[in-house]
Amino acid sequence: MAVRVQSDPFDAGAELTVFSSSVSGAGAVVSFTGIVRGDNDLAALEIEHYQAMTTPAIEAIVAEASTRWSLSDALVIHRHGRLAVGEAIMMVVTAAPHRRAAFEAADFLMDYLKSRAPFWKKEIGPDGEMWVAAKGSDEDDLKRW
Amino acid sequence: MIDVVYFAWVRERIGKPRETIETGAETVAELVAELTVREARYEAAFADRSAIRVAVDQVLSDFDAPLSGVREVAFFPPMTGG
Repeated sequence: MAVRVQSDPFDAGAELTVFSSSVSGAGAVVSFTGIVRGDNDLAALEIEHYQAMTTPAIEAIVAEASTRWSLSDALVIHRHGRLAVGEAIMMVVTAAPHRRAAFEAADFLMDYLKSRAPFWKKEIGPDGEMWVAAKGSDEDDLKRW
Repeated sequence: MIDVVYFAWVRERIGKPRETIETGAETVAELVAELTVREARYEAAFADRSAIRVAVDQVLSDFDAPLSGVREVAFFPPMTGG
């Protein structure tokens, strides 16, 4: 299980290849990559985080996923700082003996990263800057689990 | 002495990312009450407490949490990761 919080860009394809080649005993690998959308002439996304809390909070979410599903391995990468449209923000990869556990654990990790990992997104656009508000549906998503 | 840290628009409204506060507050709510009478910018930041989340020593908590033995309290809007 690995958690990486970084400002540097990452290559999602290369990460997936390395992860898949190092995992043993898994019959399924699922990956999700979040990418900065260019809606409303967005110029960039600025992601703030709570450095002392971010990695422990994500590790706790991964540990919770590991108690719910039989995972062979998991990887979470999440960036902070300024990101341009089209750049990868974050990535979740899960490996499990069978596909359903890998899919469900990845979905669970995404839902919890959205609203329980201490990141805050600010949109930088042509009309200035605006903090992204959390959606009510983000909380509803947690109730699925 | 307790370290208080702020993030996102809470940080912007208060105008600083962190400060160390001498307080006798026994709970997070009492600390907020002390801050809001101090200056208008704190009152503005904490006007709607339902819009603010709390972490105590880097663990998500709430306004009822006791401060005994606590080193760091954080205030921030609902998180928007992922």
